[in-house]
Amino acid sequence: MRFTDAHIEMAHGAGGKASRRLVEGLIGPAFANPALAAMSDAAVTSFCGTRIATTADGYVVRPLRFNGGSIGELAVNGTLNDLAVSGARAHALMATFVLEAGLSSDILRAEVDAMAAAAKRAGVSIVGGDTKVVEHGKCDGMYVTTFGIGEVDPRANLDPKSVKPGDVVLLSGPIGDHGITILLARGELELESEVSSDTRPVWPFVEALLRTCQEGVRWMRDPTRGGVATSLNELVRDCRLAIAVREEDIPINPQVRGACELLGLDPLHIANEGQFLAILAPEDAERGLAAVRAVPGGERATLIGEVRETPICTVLGVMPYGGTRSIDMLVGDPLPRIC
Amino acid sequence: MKYVDEFRDPVLIGNVAREIAHSVDPARTYRIMEVCGGHTHSIYRHGLRDVLPENLELVHGPGCPVCVLPTGRVDDGLSIARHPNTILCCFGDMMRVPGTKGTPLELKAQGADIRMVYSPLDALRLAQDNPEKNVCFFAIGFETTAPSTALTILRAQALGLRNFTIFANHVTIVPAMRAILDSPDMRLDGFVGPGHVATVTGCRPYEFIATEYHKPVVVSGFEPLDILEGILMIIRQLHAGEAKVENQYRRIVPFEGNPAALRALAQVFVLRPYFEWRGLGYISQSALAIRPELAAFDAEVQFELPGIRVTDPKAAQCGEVLKGVLKPVQCKLFGKECNPENPVGALMVSSEGACAAHYRYASRAEAIEV
Repeated sequence: MRFTDAHIEMAHGAGGKASRRLVEGLIGPAFANPALAAMSDAAVTSFCGTRIATTADGYVVRPLRFNGGSIGELAVNGTLNDLAVSGARAHALMATFVLEAGLSSDILRAEVDAMAAAAKRAGVSIVGGDTKVVEHGKCDGMYVTTFGIGEVDPRANLDPKSVKPGDVVLLSGPIGDHGITILLARGELELESEVSSDTRPVWPFVEALLRTCQEGVRWMRDPTRGGVATSLNELVRDCRLAIAVREEDIPINPQVRGACELLGLDPLHIANEGQFLAILAPEDAERGLAAVRAVPGGERATLIGEVRETPICTVLGVMPYGGTRSIDMLVGDPLPRIC
Repeated sequence: MKYVDEFRDPVLIGNVAREIAHSVDPARTYRIMEVCGGHTHSIYRHGLRDVLPENLELVHGPGCPVCVLPTGRVDDGLSIARHPNTILCCFGDMMRVPGTKGTPLELKAQGADIRMVYSPLDALRLAQDNPEKNVCFFAIGFETTAPSTALTILRAQALGLRNFTIFANHVTIVPAMRAILDSPDMRLDGFVGPGHVATVTGCRPYEFIATEYHKPVVVSGFEPLDILEGILMIIRQLHAGEAKVENQYRRIVPFEGNPAALRALAQVFVLRPYFEWRGLGYISQSALAIRPELAAFDAEVQFELPGIRVTDPKAAQCGEVLKGVLKPVQCKLFGKECNPENPVGALMVSSEGACAAHYRYASRAEAIEV
């Protein structure tokens, strides 16, 4: 894949096809190495005989605060989750701030406190970082980048190549809450709804799943930008299989469903910040589901579909009356700056 | 969700699908055009082709306003955004429609002030909030969206706004349907009529299809059950040897339409003598222009627009697909040069376009096979 677009547009940051083109066509080839080639949420490298997962993520969400969370909380949870779905419990985080001159110190203090609280909840330390200030008007209040490192759980052996036909897709809970919350929080739509971001660390669920299923967990991903549709499409392209999703089984809160119907969005393309997808061996699926559901906050976890042999590289939506559709990756950008 | 779940009930959908399967005559074929892009999108989104008999073919119609907007008009609209001190507003689905020199999104990425709005009234508010700027709304759509543009112009007039204009590209569905019916390679048996347009126009404007062309028309809603019931009603008419206009979408569409909306349209717009449709060419009396007495709000009067006609790439066979002569996958460019990220032809640009819907929702396996 070669990157031939003349300019960077918002779509290149939306997590869908354009983002993939940018990363695989422009950035990937320049840095090419085996750890990068996996193109997963965190890079897994071997260090002194230990499998180490490292990840970094930038946060540019607007508005800075929204129902259920804020940029600081996202910056901690998002990076923890990238490690978690790579099978790693976070060992430490680092944080870099880009601040706009004129930003109120109270706002910054509130975000730093939110980060401290989120890190404390997850039992991880923020051990360093950097601060930079840019001229007024050159950034949107504040941007945060966090870096995380953790040791991969010995029970985790995650590889898209290990996914087989008959495997089962687990989704940890209702989708779309975060993306729709941000969309409404921007106040441009004159739509109001009691919906709040789902930002939370997913490690407790992942840990329960690994404890219960071990090798039976084949792959995991947190469906952030681009949503569940994009994550599953990335998987089917990596393993060259198909996934059939039972659309009526996908948990969606009514507010999110209503907003999506009204705005013509597909909930499967909407970002999440506190959910994850896992592919489980069929014999482990029910036990794995029970384990996730037993963790507080995991009650709405659902088995939403299964892996099939054909049609290759396709995610299919299956309706209860027998209709099918192909579920594509996100094209373009349905929502502005969501994380 | 009320008004949604009832019309997606799997048991009822199964029942109507079985009824259709029992009704069709296996010895013949049925070619039914769904006029609206909204229907096309819903048919693919809900996988309805899978529950319909093989000898019943759905042909995707011209009712996608983004798709039928010619490139030259996109260029004209984008030229407005290049004026200093100007904000151009448009609906979200316009943002990815390519003009000769790129899409609104690309122009925005280069610094032009182009904003996505959900209603022309949002653009009006921008004009009120930014009195030092010129705000222009790039208006597109059939009779469904034209009344809201008309009301916005009347509101702007009442407010005495001097910094607000509309670039009007509203088109009317009936002349396009007539153009398709008059096309020599027309091979259609009936029409799933445009539900949302009919909320404004009512059902009468489609009677010529029944009386002059002897084809059934059933104005239908957009949920799976609506569309299937509409198809079943068409089949029943065909078998009874009838051709009439029926209204499946009675919960929304009054047979006589919406008189208040029609009045607003008449107050603000006049018919253009002719207008270019992408894929169909020039069609007379098929589009709306702002009345001369409201010229203060007409971007075509207030801005100097290039007005250069741009021909579609020759290889794109949008016209044939629009008329139902070709299926999306039979076009030479489908899925290759022409895809939703880089649309070459009209029908790939909006999610309601037949080709975009097919690309997005029809299974890859089938797309590869053909």
